[in-house]
Amino acid sequence: MAINWFKYSAPTTFYGLAGKLIPWFAASSAILFVAGLYIGFAVAPADYQQGEFYRIIFIHVPASILSMFLYLVMAGYAALGLIFNTRLSAMMATAIAPTGALFAFISLWTGALWGKPMWGAWWVWDARLTSELILLFLYLGFIALHASIDDPRRADRASALLAIVGSVNVPIIYFSVKWWNTLHQGSTIKFSGTSMHVAMQQAMFTVLAACWLYAIAVVLARVRSIILERERNTTWINELPEVRS
Amino acid sequence: MKKSSLFGLLALVIRRDLVLAMRRRADVLTTLIFFVMVVSLFPLGVGPEMDMLRKMAAGVLWVAALLSSMLSLGRLFSADYLDGTLEQMMLAPQSLSVLVLGKMAAHWMVSGLPLVLMAPVLGLQFDMPAEALGVLIISLLFGTPVLSMIGAIGAALTLGLRGGGVLLSLLVLPLCIPVLIFGTGAVEAVSTGLSATSHLSLLGALLVFALVFTPWVTAQALRISME
Repeated sequence: MAINWFKYSAPTTFYGLAGKLIPWFAASSAILFVAGLYIGFAVAPADYQQGEFYRIIFIHVPASILSMFLYLVMAGYAALGLIFNTRLSAMMATAIAPTGALFAFISLWTGALWGKPMWGAWWVWDARLTSELILLFLYLGFIALHASIDDPRRADRASALLAIVGSVNVPIIYFSVKWWNTLHQGSTIKFSGTSMHVAMQQAMFTVLAACWLYAIAVVLARVRSIILERERNTTWINELPEVRS
Repeated sequence: MKKSSLFGLLALVIRRDLVLAMRRRADVLTTLIFFVMVVSLFPLGVGPEMDMLRKMAAGVLWVAALLSSMLSLGRLFSADYLDGTLEQMMLAPQSLSVLVLGKMAAHWMVSGLPLVLMAPVLGLQFDMPAEALGVLIISLLFGTPVLSMIGAIGAALTLGLRGGGVLLSLLVLPLCIPVLIFGTGAVEAVSTGLSATSHLSLLGALLVFALVFTPWVTAQALRISME
Protein backbone atom coordinates (compact mmCIF):
# COMPACT_ATOMS: atom_id res chain seq x y z
CA MET A 1 0.00 0.00 0.00
CA ALA A 2 1.42 3.34 -0.99
CA ILE A 3 1.53 5.92 1.73
CA ASN A 4 0.80 9.48 0.69
CA TRP A 5 3.59 11.37 2.47
CA PHE A 6 2.24 14.69 1.39
CA LYS A 7 -1.27 14.16 2.70
CA TYR A 8 -0.77 16.58 5.59
CA SER A 9 1.05 19.20 3.56
CA ALA A 10 -2.29 20.65 2.51
CA PRO A 11 -3.94 23.13 4.90
CA THR A 12 -7.27 21.27 4.50
CA THR A 13 -6.01 18.06 6.10
CA PHE A 14 -3.42 19.64 8.37
CA TYR A 15 -6.00 21.84 10.05
CA GLY A 16 -7.82 18.81 11.50
CA LEU A 17 -4.61 16.97 12.41
CA ALA A 18 -3.23 20.02 14.24
CA GLY A 19 -6.50 20.38 16.14
CA LYS A 20 -6.24 16.78 17.33
CA LEU A 21 -2.56 17.05 18.30
CA ILE A 22 -2.65 20.33 20.24
CA PRO A 23 -4.23 18.98 23.49
CA TRP A 24 -1.63 16.17 23.66
CA PHE A 25 1.32 18.48 23.23
CA ALA A 26 -0.13 21.08 25.57
CA ALA A 27 -0.91 18.58 28.33
CA SER A 28 2.46 16.81 28.20
CA SER A 29 4.20 20.17 28.13
CA ALA A 30 2.35 21.28 31.28
CA ILE A 31 3.18 18.02 33.11
CA LEU A 32 6.86 18.23 32.16
CA PHE A 33 7.03 21.90 33.17
CA VAL A 34 5.70 21.10 36.64
CA ALA A 35 8.01 18.08 36.99
CA GLY A 36 11.09 19.89 35.67
CA LEU A 37 10.58 22.97 37.82
CA TYR A 38 9.92 20.78 40.88
CA ILE A 39 13.19 18.91 40.38
CA GLY A 40 14.99 22.17 39.62
CA PHE A 41 13.73 24.16 42.59
CA ALA A 42 13.16 21.50 45.25
CA VAL A 43 15.31 18.44 44.52
CA ALA A 44 18.48 19.81 42.93
CA PRO A 45 21.10 20.91 45.49
CA ALA A 46 22.39 24.46 45.71
CA ASP A 47 25.53 25.17 43.74
CA TYR A 48 28.57 25.59 46.00
CA GLN A 49 29.82 28.56 44.00
CA GLN A 50 26.65 30.31 42.86
CA GLY A 51 24.29 29.41 45.72
CA GLU A 52 20.61 29.48 44.85
CA PHE A 53 20.99 31.96 42.01
CA TYR A 54 22.04 29.34 39.51
CA ARG A 55 18.50 27.89 39.44
CA ILE A 56 17.45 30.44 36.83
CA ILE A 57 19.39 28.44 34.24
CA PHE A 58 16.60 25.85 34.30
CA ILE A 59 14.57 28.40 32.36
CA HIS A 60 17.39 30.35 30.75
CA VAL A 61 19.20 27.52 28.98
CA PRO A 62 16.11 25.83 27.45
CA ALA A 63 14.84 29.22 26.25
CA SER A 64 18.19 30.04 24.62
CA ILE A 65 18.44 26.66 22.93
CA LEU A 66 14.91 26.93 21.55
CA SER A 67 15.33 30.53 20.38
CA MET A 68 18.27 29.46 18.19
CA PHE A 69 16.77 26.17 17.09
CA LEU A 70 13.42 27.76 16.15
CA TYR A 71 15.19 30.26 13.88
CA LEU A 72 16.69 27.37 11.93
CA VAL A 73 13.31 25.60 11.76
CA MET A 74 11.69 28.84 10.63
CA ALA A 75 14.32 29.40 7.92
CA GLY A 76 13.90 25.76 6.87
CA TYR A 77 10.15 26.13 6.45
CA ALA A 78 10.68 29.46 4.68
CA ALA A 79 13.07 27.79 2.24
CA LEU A 80 10.60 24.94 1.63
CA GLY A 81 7.86 27.45 0.94
CA LEU A 82 10.06 29.46 -1.42
CA ILE A 83 11.39 26.46 -3.35
CA PHE A 84 8.37 24.19 -3.59
CA ASN A 85 5.77 26.93 -3.38
CA THR A 86 3.75 25.16 -0.70
CA ARG A 87 1.26 27.28 1.18
CA LEU A 88 1.53 25.48 4.51
CA SER A 89 5.33 25.87 4.83
CA ALA A 90 5.07 29.65 4.61
CA MET A 91 2.26 29.63 7.17
CA MET A 92 4.39 27.51 9.51
CA ALA A 93 7.32 29.94 9.18
CA THR A 94 5.01 32.83 10.05
CA ALA A 95 3.60 30.91 13.01
CA ILE A 96 7.04 30.06 14.43
CA ALA A 97 8.44 33.63 14.40
CA PRO A 98 6.57 35.06 17.43
CA THR A 99 7.39 32.01 19.59
CA GLY A 100 11.05 32.23 18.62
CA ALA A 101 11.12 35.94 19.45
CA LEU A 102 9.46 35.19 22.80
CA PHE A 103 12.10 32.62 23.70
CA ALA A 104 14.90 34.99 22.65
CA PHE A 105 13.38 37.65 24.89
CA ILE A 106 12.98 35.25 27.84
CA SER A 107 16.56 34.16 27.36
CA LEU A 108 17.81 37.76 27.50
CA TRP A 109 15.58 38.63 30.44
CA THR A 110 16.57 35.65 32.58
CA GLY A 111 20.20 36.17 31.54
CA ALA A 112 20.02 39.71 32.92
CA LEU A 113 18.44 38.46 36.16
CA TRP A 114 21.21 35.91 36.54
CA GLY A 115 23.94 38.38 35.59
CA LYS A 116 23.08 40.92 38.30
CA PRO A 117 24.00 38.73 41.32
CA MET A 118 26.74 36.83 39.44
CA TRP A 119 28.56 39.50 37.46
CA GLY A 120 27.27 42.50 39.37
CA ALA A 121 25.73 43.96 36.21
CA TRP A 122 22.42 43.49 34.42
CA TRP A 123 24.14 43.43 31.10
CA VAL A 124 27.67 42.71 29.93
CA TRP A 125 28.73 42.84 26.30
CA ASP A 126 29.48 39.15 26.27
CA ALA A 127 29.59 37.41 22.90
CA ARG A 128 26.65 35.15 23.68
CA LEU A 129 24.46 37.93 25.05
CA THR A 130 25.18 40.15 22.10
CA SER A 131 24.46 37.50 19.50
CA GLU A 132 21.23 36.56 21.30
CA LEU A 133 20.20 40.23 21.13
CA ILE A 134 20.94 40.32 17.41
CA LEU A 135 18.92 37.13 16.99
CA LEU A 136 15.97 38.90 18.61
CA PHE A 137 16.43 41.77 16.11
CA LEU A 138 16.39 39.28 13.24
CA TYR A 139 13.11 37.79 14.51
CA LEU A 140 11.59 41.25 14.87
CA GLY A 141 12.70 42.17 11.35
CA PHE A 142 11.05 39.04 9.97
CA ILE A 143 7.79 39.77 11.81
CA ALA A 144 7.83 43.46 10.82
CA LEU A 145 8.46 42.72 7.15
CA HIS A 146 5.69 40.13 7.07
CA ALA A 147 3.27 42.47 8.82
CA SER A 148 3.88 45.43 6.54
CA ILE A 149 3.12 43.64 3.25
CA ASP A 150 -0.61 43.36 2.57
CA ASP A 151 -0.50 40.73 -0.16
CA PRO A 152 -0.01 37.44 1.76
CA ARG A 153 1.80 35.73 -1.10
CA ARG A 154 4.38 38.49 -1.46
CA ALA A 155 4.67 38.74 2.34
CA ASP A 156 5.43 35.02 2.59
CA ARG A 157 8.04 35.06 -0.15
CA ALA A 158 9.76 38.30 0.90
CA SER A 159 10.06 37.31 4.55
CA ALA A 160 11.18 33.81 3.53
CA LEU A 161 14.06 35.33 1.58
CA LEU A 162 14.93 37.50 4.58
CA ALA A 163 14.91 34.47 6.90
CA ILE A 164 17.28 32.59 4.58
CA VAL A 165 19.65 35.56 4.28
CA GLY A 166 19.51 35.87 8.06
CA SER A 167 20.34 32.20 8.62
CA VAL A 168 23.39 32.51 6.34
CA ASN A 169 24.42 35.58 8.31
CA VAL A 170 23.92 34.09 11.79
CA PRO A 171 27.26 32.21 11.91
CA ILE A 172 29.12 35.24 10.51
CA ILE A 173 27.53 37.46 13.15
CA TYR A 174 28.26 34.95 15.90
CA PHE A 175 31.95 34.64 15.07
CA SER A 176 32.46 38.34 14.47
CA VAL A 177 30.89 39.12 17.84
CA LYS A 178 33.01 36.44 19.49
CA TRP A 179 36.26 37.82 18.09
CA TRP A 180 35.22 41.37 18.85
CA ASN A 181 34.54 40.37 22.43
CA THR A 182 37.81 38.52 23.01
CA LEU A 183 39.71 41.54 21.74
CA HIS A 184 38.13 43.73 24.37
CA GLN A 185 38.06 41.65 27.51
CA GLY A 186 38.96 38.25 28.85
CA SER A 187 36.45 35.45 29.06
CA THR A 188 33.74 35.87 31.66
CA ILE A 189 32.49 33.29 34.14
CA LYS A 190 31.86 30.04 32.36
CA PHE A 191 29.34 27.50 33.53
CA SER A 192 30.90 24.06 33.29
CA GLY A 193 28.20 21.74 32.00
CA THR A 194 30.24 18.56 32.36
CA SER A 195 30.41 18.46 36.15
CA MET A 196 26.73 19.04 36.69
CA HIS A 197 24.79 17.25 39.39
CA VAL A 198 22.43 14.54 38.08
CA ALA A 199 19.33 16.28 39.43
CA MET A 200 20.38 19.50 37.73
CA GLN A 201 20.75 17.69 34.42
CA GLN A 202 17.37 16.01 34.83
CA ALA A 203 15.68 19.32 35.62
CA MET A 204 17.28 21.06 32.66
CA PHE A 205 16.39 18.35 30.16
CA THR A 206 12.84 18.04 31.49
CA VAL A 207 12.24 21.77 31.15
CA LEU A 208 13.86 21.70 27.71
CA ALA A 209 11.42 19.00 26.59
CA ALA A 210 8.55 20.97 28.13
CA CYS A 211 9.56 24.13 26.23
CA TRP A 212 9.85 22.09 23.07
CA LEU A 213 6.34 20.65 23.44
CA TYR A 214 5.00 24.06 24.39
CA ALA A 215 6.52 25.56 21.21
CA ILE A 216 4.94 22.83 19.08
CA ALA A 217 1.51 23.28 20.70
CA VAL A 218 1.57 27.07 20.34
CA VAL A 219 2.83 26.98 16.76
CA LEU A 220 0.13 24.48 15.79
CA ALA A 221 -2.56 26.63 17.41
CA ARG A 222 -1.24 29.72 15.63
CA VAL A 223 -1.01 27.98 12.28
CA ARG A 224 -4.65 26.91 12.65
CA SER A 225 -5.65 30.54 13.12
CA ILE A 226 -3.59 31.56 10.10
CA ILE A 227 -5.25 28.83 8.00
CA LEU A 228 -8.69 30.01 9.12
CA GLU A 229 -7.83 33.60 8.24
CA ARG A 230 -6.25 32.92 4.88
CA GLU A 231 -8.78 30.37 3.64
CA ARG A 232 -11.85 32.08 5.01
CA ASN A 233 -13.48 32.31 1.59
CA THR A 234 -13.27 28.59 0.84
CA THR A 235 -16.15 26.20 1.26
CA TRP A 236 -14.34 23.71 3.52
CA ILE A 237 -13.76 26.39 6.11
CA ASN A 238 -17.38 27.43 6.03
CA GLU A 239 -18.47 23.82 6.51
CA LEU A 240 -16.38 23.37 9.69
CA PRO A 241 -18.60 22.86 12.74
CA GLU A 242 -16.78 25.55 14.79
CA VAL A 243 -17.19 28.09 11.99
CA ARG A 244 -20.86 27.33 11.30
CA SER A 245 -22.04 27.65 14.86
CA MET B 1 23.32 47.86 -33.15
CA LYS B 2 26.04 47.95 -30.54
CA LYS B 3 27.24 44.69 -29.14
CA SER B 4 26.56 44.63 -25.39
CA SER B 5 28.97 42.50 -23.44
CA LEU B 6 28.56 41.85 -19.72
CA PHE B 7 31.01 44.58 -18.74
CA GLY B 8 29.60 46.96 -21.32
CA LEU B 9 26.18 46.44 -19.75
CA LEU B 10 27.59 46.97 -16.27
CA ALA B 11 29.29 50.20 -17.37
CA LEU B 12 26.08 51.34 -19.03
CA VAL B 13 23.97 50.87 -15.89
CA ILE B 14 26.58 52.56 -13.71
CA ARG B 15 26.86 55.53 -16.09
CA ARG B 16 23.09 55.89 -16.31
CA ASP B 17 22.67 55.90 -12.53
CA LEU B 18 25.56 58.33 -12.07
CA VAL B 19 24.08 60.73 -14.63
CA LEU B 20 20.71 60.52 -12.88
CA ALA B 21 22.37 61.17 -9.52
CA MET B 22 24.25 64.18 -10.91
CA ARG B 23 20.97 65.66 -12.12
CA ARG B 24 19.76 65.56 -8.51
CA ARG B 25 22.87 66.69 -6.71
CA ALA B 26 20.93 67.71 -3.60
CA ASP B 27 20.19 64.05 -2.72
CA VAL B 28 23.89 63.18 -2.76
CA LEU B 29 24.80 66.21 -0.69
CA THR B 30 22.11 65.53 1.93
CA THR B 31 23.63 62.13 2.70
CA LEU B 32 27.08 63.65 3.05
CA ILE B 33 25.85 66.51 5.24
CA PHE B 34 23.97 64.01 7.42
CA PHE B 35 27.21 62.04 7.86
CA VAL B 36 29.18 65.15 8.86
CA MET B 37 26.42 66.27 11.21
CA VAL B 38 26.06 62.95 13.05
CA VAL B 39 29.83 62.78 13.55
CA SER B 40 29.92 66.38 14.83
CA LEU B 41 27.11 65.70 17.31
CA PHE B 42 29.14 63.15 19.24
CA PRO B 43 31.69 65.53 20.80
CA LEU B 44 28.78 67.76 21.80
CA GLY B 45 27.08 64.80 23.45
CA VAL B 46 30.00 63.24 25.29
CA GLY B 47 32.21 66.26 25.99
CA PRO B 48 35.35 67.70 24.40
CA GLU B 49 38.05 65.59 26.16
CA MET B 50 40.48 64.71 23.39
CA ASP B 51 41.60 61.40 24.92
CA MET B 52 38.10 59.98 24.88
CA LEU B 53 37.33 61.39 21.43
CA ARG B 54 40.48 59.86 19.98
CA LYS B 55 39.46 56.47 21.37
CA MET B 56 35.93 56.53 20.02
CA ALA B 57 36.64 58.22 16.68
CA ALA B 58 36.65 55.04 14.58
CA GLY B 59 33.40 53.78 16.11
CA VAL B 60 31.66 57.11 15.67
CA LEU B 61 32.72 57.43 12.04
CA TRP B 62 31.67 53.86 11.27
CA VAL B 63 28.26 54.14 12.94
CA ALA B 64 27.64 57.45 11.18
CA ALA B 65 28.61 55.87 7.85
CA LEU B 66 26.23 52.96 8.55
CA LEU B 67 23.34 55.32 9.33
CA SER B 68 23.90 57.60 6.36
CA SER B 69 24.11 54.65 3.98
CA MET B 70 20.67 53.58 5.31
CA LEU B 71 19.38 57.04 4.45
CA SER B 72 20.04 56.74 0.73
CA LEU B 73 19.09 53.07 0.32
CA GLY B 74 15.40 53.84 -0.09
CA ARG B 75 16.20 55.65 -3.34
CA LEU B 76 18.14 52.72 -4.80
CA PHE B 77 15.20 51.17 -6.64
CA SER B 78 12.23 53.42 -5.86
CA ALA B 79 12.61 55.93 -8.74
CA ASP B 80 13.05 53.14 -11.29
CA TYR B 81 10.13 51.30 -9.74
CA LEU B 82 7.81 54.30 -9.95
CA ASP B 83 8.53 55.19 -13.59
CA GLY B 84 8.51 51.58 -14.80
CA THR B 85 12.21 51.33 -15.70
CA LEU B 86 12.66 48.49 -13.25
CA GLU B 87 10.01 46.45 -15.03
CA GLN B 88 11.80 46.98 -18.34
CA MET B 89 15.08 45.90 -16.72
CA MET B 90 13.47 42.69 -15.52
CA LEU B 91 12.07 41.99 -18.98
CA ALA B 92 15.46 42.61 -20.59
CA PRO B 93 17.25 39.53 -21.96
CA GLN B 94 20.38 40.39 -19.95
CA SER B 95 20.94 38.95 -16.50
CA LEU B 96 19.11 40.90 -13.82
CA SER B 97 21.93 40.16 -11.35
CA VAL B 98 24.40 42.13 -13.50
CA LEU B 99 21.99 45.05 -13.79
CA VAL B 100 21.53 44.99 -10.02
CA LEU B 101 25.30 44.86 -9.50
CA GLY B 102 25.62 47.96 -11.67
CA LYS B 103 23.02 49.77 -9.59
CA MET B 104 24.81 48.75 -6.38
CA ALA B 105 28.13 50.03 -7.72
CA ALA B 106 26.59 53.35 -8.75
CA HIS B 107 24.91 53.65 -5.36
CA TRP B 108 28.22 53.12 -3.63
CA MET B 109 29.97 55.73 -5.81
CA VAL B 110 27.26 58.25 -4.99
CA SER B 111 26.69 57.56 -1.30
CA GLY B 112 29.66 55.49 -0.05
CA LEU B 113 32.67 57.00 -1.79
CA PRO B 114 31.98 60.62 -0.67
CA LEU B 115 31.89 59.40 2.93
CA VAL B 116 35.26 57.67 2.50
CA LEU B 117 36.73 60.86 1.04
CA MET B 118 35.22 62.98 3.80
CA ALA B 119 36.37 60.68 6.63
CA PRO B 120 40.01 61.96 6.91
CA VAL B 121 38.79 65.49 7.59
CA LEU B 122 36.42 64.29 10.30
CA GLY B 123 39.10 61.98 11.69
CA LEU B 124 41.37 65.00 12.16
CA GLN B 125 38.59 66.69 14.12
CA PHE B 126 38.86 63.77 16.52
CA ASP B 127 42.66 64.06 16.56
CA MET B 128 43.24 60.59 15.12
CA PRO B 129 46.91 59.68 14.54
CA ALA B 130 47.92 59.40 10.88
CA GLU B 131 48.43 55.63 10.95
CA ALA B 132 45.00 54.92 12.44
CA LEU B 133 43.46 57.34 9.98
CA GLY B 134 45.00 55.46 7.06
CA VAL B 135 43.62 52.15 8.30
CA LEU B 136 40.22 53.76 8.86
CA ILE B 137 40.13 54.90 5.23
CA ILE B 138 41.08 51.44 3.98
CA SER B 139 38.49 49.76 6.20
CA LEU B 140 35.80 52.19 5.02
CA LEU B 141 36.87 51.58 1.43
CA PHE B 142 36.36 47.82 1.90
CA GLY B 143 33.31 48.07 4.14
CA THR B 144 31.02 50.67 2.58
CA PRO B 145 30.49 48.63 -0.65
CA VAL B 146 29.32 45.72 1.56
CA LEU B 147 26.83 48.08 3.23
CA SER B 148 25.47 49.11 -0.18
CA MET B 149 25.19 45.48 -1.27
CA ILE B 150 23.50 44.13 1.87
CA GLY B 151 21.29 47.20 1.92
CA ALA B 152 20.19 46.53 -1.64
CA ILE B 153 18.57 43.25 -0.50
CA GLY B 154 16.54 45.16 2.07
CA ALA B 155 15.70 47.90 -0.43
CA ALA B 156 14.43 45.30 -2.89
CA LEU B 157 12.33 43.51 -0.26
CA THR B 158 10.69 46.71 1.01
CA LEU B 159 10.08 48.16 -2.46
CA GLY B 160 6.88 50.21 -2.56
CA LEU B 161 5.84 49.50 1.03
CA ARG B 162 4.43 52.14 3.34
CA GLY B 163 6.93 53.12 6.02
CA GLY B 164 9.62 51.43 3.95
CA GLY B 165 12.46 53.58 5.26
CA VAL B 166 12.23 52.62 8.93
CA LEU B 167 11.49 49.00 8.08
CA LEU B 168 14.53 48.94 5.81
CA SER B 169 16.82 49.97 8.67
CA LEU B 170 15.25 47.36 10.94
CA LEU B 171 15.99 44.63 8.39
CA VAL B 172 19.44 45.71 7.25
CA LEU B 173 21.19 47.03 10.36
CA PRO B 174 21.48 43.65 12.18
CA LEU B 175 22.94 42.11 9.02
CA CYS B 176 25.57 44.86 8.82
CA ILE B 177 26.98 44.26 12.31
CA PRO B 178 29.96 42.11 11.16
CA VAL B 179 31.10 44.92 8.83
CA LEU B 180 30.97 47.39 11.70
CA ILE B 181 32.90 45.06 14.01
CA PHE B 182 35.71 44.32 11.57
CA GLY B 183 35.89 47.92 10.37
CA THR B 184 36.33 49.41 13.82
CA GLY B 185 38.41 46.42 14.94
CA ALA B 186 41.04 47.17 12.32
CA VAL B 187 41.50 50.72 13.60
CA GLU B 188 41.54 49.57 17.20
CA ALA B 189 44.18 46.93 16.44
CA VAL B 190 46.47 49.54 14.90
CA SER B 191 46.08 51.97 17.78
CA THR B 192 46.96 49.24 20.30
CA GLY B 193 50.08 48.36 18.34
CA LEU B 194 48.80 45.20 16.65
CA SER B 195 48.55 44.48 12.95
CA ALA B 196 45.29 45.34 11.20
CA THR B 197 45.83 42.70 8.51
CA SER B 198 43.54 40.06 9.98
CA HIS B 199 40.60 42.46 10.30
CA LEU B 200 41.12 43.89 6.85
CA SER B 201 41.41 40.39 5.38
CA LEU B 202 38.10 39.41 6.98
CA LEU B 203 36.55 42.61 5.68
CA GLY B 204 37.89 41.79 2.22
CA ALA B 205 36.44 38.27 2.53
CA LEU B 206 33.04 39.77 3.39
CA LEU B 207 33.34 42.04 0.35
CA VAL B 208 34.06 39.13 -1.99
CA PHE B 209 31.32 37.01 -0.41
CA ALA B 210 28.82 39.85 -0.79
CA LEU B 211 29.96 40.55 -4.34
CA VAL B 212 29.16 36.97 -5.34
CA PHE B 213 25.85 36.41 -3.57
CA THR B 214 24.06 39.71 -2.95
CA PRO B 215 23.35 40.64 -6.61
CA TRP B 216 21.63 37.31 -7.13
CA VAL B 217 19.67 37.50 -3.86
CA THR B 218 18.65 41.09 -4.64
CA ALA B 219 17.48 40.02 -8.09
CA GLN B 220 15.33 37.31 -6.48
CA ALA B 221 13.96 39.85 -3.99
CA LEU B 222 13.06 42.20 -6.85
CA ARG B 223 11.24 39.38 -8.63
CA ILE B 224 9.24 38.70 -5.46
CA SER B 225 8.40 42.38 -4.99
CA MET B 226 7.44 43.01 -8.61
CA GLU B 227 5.26 40.01 -9.41
